[in-house]
Amino acid sequence: MATPWELFTLFAELSLLAFGGANSVLPEMHHRIVDLHHWMTSETFSALYALAQAAPGPNVMAVTLIGWHLAGPQGALAATFGMIGPPALITGLSLGVLHRFRDAPWQRRVKAGLVPLTVGLIAASALQLSEAADHSWIAVAMTLVAAAVIVSGRLHPLLVLAVGTGIGYLVF
Amino acid sequence: MGFLGLGLMGFGGVLPLSRRMLVEKRQWVSAAEFTELLAICQILPGGNICNLAVAVGMRFYGVSGAMAALVGLVAVPTVALIALGTVYDRYHAIPAVQHAFAGLSATASGLLVAMAFKMAKPLRAKRIDAGIAVATFAVVGVIQAPLLWVMGVAIPLSVWVMARKR
Repeated sequence: MATPWELFTLFAELSLLAFGGANSVLPEMHHRIVDLHHWMTSETFSALYALAQAAPGPNVMAVTLIGWHLAGPQGALAATFGMIGPPALITGLSLGVLHRFRDAPWQRRVKAGLVPLTVGLIAASALQLSEAADHSWIAVAMTLVAAAVIVSGRLHPLLVLAVGTGIGYLVF
Repeated sequence: MGFLGLGLMGFGGVLPLSRRMLVEKRQWVSAAEFTELLAICQILPGGNICNLAVAVGMRFYGVSGAMAALVGLVAVPTVALIALGTVYDRYHAIPAVQHAFAGLSATASGLLVAMAFKMAKPLRAKRIDAGIAVATFAVVGVIQAPLLWVMGVAIPLSVWVMARKR
């Protein structure tokens, strides 16, 4: 079973790679937690991530729920601090310098280089999570329909999640 | 602090809300300054909104402001997530609940697919950007190479390629 310290170090390491937010490191997170440590099944991982999507707050806080599930209150705290602490420290320390040189061309270049990387990472996360969540053609269809509805912008994401939960209850 | 309210409202992404709150309602930062700070946060690792909370808090009240903003941002979501976690741990063994969760999971990954799609759309016209995105997707998503090595190679490479393009 996971100890709070293991959770803290795992998420602290992931947080430093999380360019573009926690969604960028989902495949690595899944790999470590499910395949390497065997702390939970793939289904539980996707269920916890989905539950966090349905809750308020920044995306990175999916790790709070994972920490809670694995090691209770201390696990939740350790995971949250691990995921938020190191980037916050870096932001706090580098803000002055970065803000002074905000018009420097290298900042724009770094950003231009990171944007396509982030897009690739989020796409990889989408694939990873769909693989973990979709065990039937109905589930695959639900993922695709949900994606299409969100892209069209017709329904609030929370409403889409609620409808999906209801369909799951009735159909699966 | 206003970040408390942001944490409260931010279902599935707080960024657009944070702009409305910080720029329009509270007028803590100007629209230009918001964009500047956000741009800085985007080149740093970690959740953009968390980094933004640190940046705004820091500019106004130094370290204590940064900490207050961050705590304000995560306090309410933490309580909400723990409540949800408790419910999940207690009831997830029931078949009907499992089915509902299977539906929720399938839909939630749809949200991520939509996010990837929306982010990829502006890259369609730019071949080099699209190439980098597809390569990253293949290496991380399909081959599943360790992220630390991928990022160690990909970040300098991508920045170099994009800098040469201009």
